[in-house]
Amino acid sequence: MINYNKTREIGINILRRWILIFLVGEIVFFSIVGTNYLSLNNLQNILVASTTVLLLATGETFVIITGGIDLSIGFMVGFSSVVSAKVMVDLWAAGFSQTLAITIGILTALLLGLIPGFINGFLVAKLRVPPFIATFGMYGIAYGFAEIICNNVPVHNLPTSLGSLGHGYLFYWLPGKILSFLSKPENLSREELKHLVSIVPNVTVIAFIFIGIFAFILAKTKFGQHTYAIGGNINAAERAGVNVKVHLIKVYMISSFFASLAGAMYVLQFITGRAPAGSARLLDAVVAVVIGGASLSGGKGTIMGTVIGALIIGVLEIGLVNLSIPTYNLHIAVGCILIFAVLVDQFSPEIIHKEEEIR
Amino acid sequence: MEPLLEVKNITKRFGGLTAVDDVNMKIFPGEVVGILGDNGAGKSTLIKVISGVYHAEEGQIFFEGRQIKISNPIEALKIGIETIYQDLALAENMNVYSNIFLGREKLEKFLGFIDVLDHDYMLVESKKVLSRLDINIPSLKNKIRTLSGGERQAVAISRSIYWNAKLLVMDEPTAALGVAEQKKVLNLVRTLSSQGVSVIIISHQMHDVFSVATRLLIMRRGKKVAERITKKTNVDEVVGLIVGSLPGDYIEVSKEKR
Repeated sequence: MINYNKTREIGINILRRWILIFLVGEIVFFSIVGTNYLSLNNLQNILVASTTVLLLATGETFVIITGGIDLSIGFMVGFSSVVSAKVMVDLWAAGFSQTLAITIGILTALLLGLIPGFINGFLVAKLRVPPFIATFGMYGIAYGFAEIICNNVPVHNLPTSLGSLGHGYLFYWLPGKILSFLSKPENLSREELKHLVSIVPNVTVIAFIFIGIFAFILAKTKFGQHTYAIGGNINAAERAGVNVKVHLIKVYMISSFFASLAGAMYVLQFITGRAPAGSARLLDAVVAVVIGGASLSGGKGTIMGTVIGALIIGVLEIGLVNLSIPTYNLHIAVGCILIFAVLVDQFSPEIIHKEEEIR
Repeated sequence: MEPLLEVKNITKRFGGLTAVDDVNMKIFPGEVVGILGDNGAGKSTLIKVISGVYHAEEGQIFFEGRQIKISNPIEALKIGIETIYQDLALAENMNVYSNIFLGREKLEKFLGFIDVLDHDYMLVESKKVLSRLDINIPSLKNKIRTLSGGERQAVAISRSIYWNAKLLVMDEPTAALGVAEQKKVLNLVRTLSSQGVSVIIISHQMHDVFSVATRLLIMRRGKKVAERITKKTNVDEVVGLIVGSLPGDYIEVSKEKR
């Protein structure tokens, strides 16, 4: 005898978690087909390669939940990378210590990065410019300013210690011998270096600290609750006493903050600042959010879903590299996954939305 | 008895158009008053003045005997006047109790210093208010999207009651509802009234208004033309007053005043 209810329940649970199953499936597939795919090193490479998309998508999740979209984030990465790189170069040349130059460079980029977000939010909330237009305008503006600041050439001659920070790991472990924190243990022989295990890339740590904080804010706090309410019914939120305009401005600032953070991480990883740095990642970020269960009409989405969405893209990207398949095929695959995700959402029965514990 | 709400000589103009012209009305605690009139008669404008959406050029509003100025809907809410709108002002993507607490979420401390939502409290409190109003909704964790029109209305009303609304303004509450659901909403209006909540109801469904309202206010072209005790009038007279085939009681008076 087939237990209908049980089968049904399993079906619902599969539908609810299909993206997680898809991600695991991807990893299993590439582990079998690829070479050395399922190794600590490779998995960490996936995380590092996904940094930009992870950060952009986290900020974008907030915007998309409110029913908007932020297209400016692509070039905001470039703007922020150029600003922070330029500040680092100038301060270092002016005799500041490397640490100070790097810190001030990153902070400047993060602070300046809030301005475009504020303007986006102001245009959308107060002047009722459609988000697509407002942020598309900002997309061009950010790119133009970035090119002006760097005079059309990538910023070079950055402080030399950037590399050890950007390519560094949280822990280094020589099995059975040493566990060191943040920096490689000194005086290792060549043989020992070969066996040195690096655990958790610094950029991933930084990214996930912020992603974690904002995932908490979205899921657990009043701010998050109001973000969903605005996406669900902006008039209802307004009438319930939510200050919708201020809230939207904050949301767009969160998005541009994450884009700026992605720009700063770009400088750490690639030791340069380039105006078009993250522009190609805009689409991936939006795709990650949508795969993660958000709807472009607003009111839905979680950071957890977005992170899985971003990882689906990252796993695929590194997987194609692993199989020596030209990466332009990635765009085809990502496009297909995006459409698939929307179809699953559209055709899955209402029951999977019926009772969800969170809000 | 002191009226809960009294509006005196309210006039609201939009440019050259006088949408509400020198209207007076009183509502007593627990009373259900119906406002009737054709499209453009000024019903909606009048209630929007009461709920703080519009500002009247002339006239005064008294609530519980004190003169008040309502400059926006939030202030009206704080005073205890809540409007249940046709679009219900619920976030469909959120569950029942989150909607009841929207904008006034109950928070608790996480790790002693971070304010987070207190879901348990909000769920329990929401259950209480729903049962007080005899409203039956399967689970308060269900999203509004999954509820019927009548259930949504009930949620919107429970929210206002939970937040101590003393006067509910309902604009076309039964429009777009099935017959069984209409009955439920009207029963809910009676329950509210029996618990001392006053209700102003606007509806084109004459039958609904007659079945719940104790007093009727008829408007035509911005003016209040008549006021009737429901039991002492009938549909024919009211229709006559609405369309203007019967003269009404107040038009001449207001003309004299000018």
